[in-house]
Amino acid sequence: MIWNKNKECMSRDELRDLQGKRLHKLVDLVYHNTPFYREKMQELDLLPDDIRTIDDIVKLPFTTKADLRDNYPMGLVAAPMTEIVRIHASSGTTGNPTIVGYTYRDLEIWKEVTARALTAYGVTRGDIVSVGYGYGLFTGGLGAHYGVEHLGATVLPTSTGNTEKHIRLLRDLGVTGLACTPSYALYLAEALNKQGLTGADLKLRIGAFGAEPWTENMRREIEERLGIQAYNIYGLSEIMGPGVAYECGCKNGSHIAEDHFYPEIINPETGEVLPLGQEGELVLTTLTKTGMPLLRYRTKDLTTLMPGTCDCGRTSVRFTRILGRSDDMLIIRGINVFPSQVEAVILEIPEIAPCYMLVVDRKNNLDTLEVQVELRPDSFSDDMGSMLALKRKLSDRLKSVLSISAEVKLVEPNSLPRSEGKSTRVIDKRVLA
Amino acid sequence: MTIKQLSVFLENKSGRINEVTKVLGENGINMQAFSMAETTDFGILRLIVSDVDKAVEVLRAKNFAVVLTDVVCICCPNVAGALSKILEKLAAHQIFIEYMYAFAQGDQANIVIRPSNLEECVRLLAEEDCHILDRKQLQ
Ligand SMILES: [Zn+2]
Repeated sequence: MIWNKNKECMSRDELRDLQGKRLHKLVDLVYHNTPFYREKMQELDLLPDDIRTIDDIVKLPFTTKADLRDNYPMGLVAAPMTEIVRIHASSGTTGNPTIVGYTYRDLEIWKEVTARALTAYGVTRGDIVSVGYGYGLFTGGLGAHYGVEHLGATVLPTSTGNTEKHIRLLRDLGVTGLACTPSYALYLAEALNKQGLTGADLKLRIGAFGAEPWTENMRREIEERLGIQAYNIYGLSEIMGPGVAYECGCKNGSHIAEDHFYPEIINPETGEVLPLGQEGELVLTTLTKTGMPLLRYRTKDLTTLMPGTCDCGRTSVRFTRILGRSDDMLIIRGINVFPSQVEAVILEIPEIAPCYMLVVDRKNNLDTLEVQVELRPDSFSDDMGSMLALKRKLSDRLKSVLSISAEVKLVEPNSLPRSEGKSTRVIDKRVLA
Repeated sequence: MTIKQLSVFLENKSGRINEVTKVLGENGINMQAFSMAETTDFGILRLIVSDVDKAVEVLRAKNFAVVLTDVVCICCPNVAGALSKILEKLAAHQIFIEYMYAFAQGDQANIVIRPSNLEECVRLLAEEDCHILDRKQLQ
């Protein structure tokens, strides 16, 4: 099913025309309402009328996460505060948090794109969808919530936390849809098994998973264990939240809601725009937002825009699975390594907690990578052979995913540092040496 | 006749064994025997303790990964070649020793054995008139 055939299936020519018109309006808006962009455009000798078609977008300056932080809290907001109806904030590991202000119209667009995503997964008015993303400053919970309501399905705002109660409600209400992080979906499957239940005891049929990297293996495992079809949902708070892009029934790339978010792929080193089909950093422009519109926002997500049309009938461009983040990239023995790749491998192995620490060092002029992972308490066995086999399983998987060998170190449960559920930790001792 | 052995997962870093013995000591749990199996980064500490259920509870509360394993504990006959005779018999019946360790109790030497087939091992030991210890005899 397609929520908005008019927009999701419009001809590429019509779409480019629409994107150009919207971009022109957007540039006019930020030039007159955001001093940050006016100054940047003046430096480049650009006037709003220099941007006529979507191809003119390359003339515009990029926006980075650092720009958002430097203009903390509301410096990039283009609308007067009387028009801002909601604020979300994402926690920064360093420096200021990122604040995003939304107008009423922005929220309408967000609902619309999220409803498109849910419809693409097969959600209908008859479904009950449990939203297991965190509700609050994070965009996941509320974003998915209003999408489900807008579509006309029933939303169950479970949020994160009480898994036992969650399972009980899934069973008692016959919940058919689940929106959460893929690792929480696996955790839920574990918790079900612990109660002597399986996916067959639930009516779940569709899952919308995002907010963290996941692999095809994880998709298979989630689908098997919960007895559902699992789909990717993409979004980032700076741009909007979940719904910026979504998979369709073909499960072959995520469609970008291109009438609202214009995608480009650039070389992260040089900023040069790359031709379709080449791998690089995803850059998004919010064509229709009025609260905090962003020009050419560098997402740091590395992916490829896929040429060709999709069998589902949507004409919007798709991107491949996110390969990693350019700012997290480590170069070890000349190979690009992303913590997200390690995370994805760890999430596939149930005996290990979804928490890790990477220690990169240089010994005898050779880079070394140590991956510290926590053993789950109930996976501990007195049999040394099986413990060593677990270690080997992880190092074999890491080697095949990363293309370099890593030293796996099993550490005690709850011994690695944690903050706000995020587990990415890297210590690069080479920098210190 | 088997005994519950307590196994604790430990990282190879200083003070971890000490932490286990401290927790047990604070809770009045007596350690009767222990052995350590090590690799480069982690180890398995195996313990025979006076109150195994309580030990599990207090160690789990301190975030230790613990598991219980059934083992056989025998009192080694004070005769030359006695142990070797027992082990030969087990081997002849395709019972492998995954690990074993010895400890003293008063003037007697006890041996903890983790065999590949527990029931069969106990049966064979009984055939040999081997003195198999139960929980109470360890106090
Ligand atoms: Zn499609």
